[in-house]
Amino acid sequence: MPLDQSFVGRSYPPTEPYIVGREKIREFARAIGAAEAEYQDLEAARALGYADVVAPPTFPIVLTMASSHAQIVEDPELGIDYSRVVHGDQRFAYARPIVAGDALVCVNTVEEITTRGGHDFMTTRSDVSTEAGELVVTVWAKLVQRGEE
Amino acid sequence: MSLETQTFRVTRADLVRYAGASGDFNPIHWSERFATSVGLPGVIAHGMFTMALVGRAVTAWAGAPDAVVEFSVRFSRPVPVPDTDEGTEVVVSVAVKGETEEGHTKLTLTATCQGEKVLSMAQAVVRKR
Repeated sequence: MPLDQSFVGRSYPPTEPYIVGREKIREFARAIGAAEAEYQDLEAARALGYADVVAPPTFPIVLTMASSHAQIVEDPELGIDYSRVVHGDQRFAYARPIVAGDALVCVNTVEEITTRGGHDFMTTRSDVSTEAGELVVTVWAKLVQRGEE
Repeated sequence: MSLETQTFRVTRADLVRYAGASGDFNPIHWSERFATSVGLPGVIAHGMFTMALVGRAVTAWAGAPDAVVEFSVRFSRPVPVPDTDEGTEVVVSVAVKGETEEGHTKLTLTATCQGEKVLSMAQAVVRKR
């Protein structure tokens, strides 16, 4: 069964704020081998003009993958079979980098669903903003649900 | 035209560390048994780990993480990571492609593993350094 086109344009309720921890940024930076001081050292980050230690460019995935998975991929009405899903495309558009101390809310939307060659393609968009409504980053992921055998 | 190439070594330990840091515990990234049962050649790297390595090359080129305006990739081929001390290597290159209407620099990015491209349509837009 192809994915239901009527989900295109559907937005889910804003998530509870994700509080970005200094140690989480340090852990993520270490895991990807990013050694620049602004990811680890508060004084170095402040000297470069950041409010706190700054997150590497792909860090937003920590919030958006978890929240879009919980809201969209696991939406029983949409009925995605995650065992057949692979990650197709990923895109980030930044208003500013994430820094430790940010309290970030995600609004997840199903932006596009297409079917081609028996496979389903779904693009999700996550608008990541502060609690005060300042847009920080927009994140798109295209998931491919491979056709059933 | 500037072209900068960087080689990143990727081992199973890196994938375990990335799984913990990112919260992506899909077993295709740590269980050989599970990965082969779903038709993969073996444990493969998280696509987002490969993208993070390319992101390191982009921020290094741009000079700062806040210089990155846009960053996008398509995952075109998996990166198998054997259970050896050496693991595998991902080779990343960054080339200037032009300028956007806003005056930012457009970068074309490539990532290869074992001589094959693992990303397509990979690009970034960065503020001028």
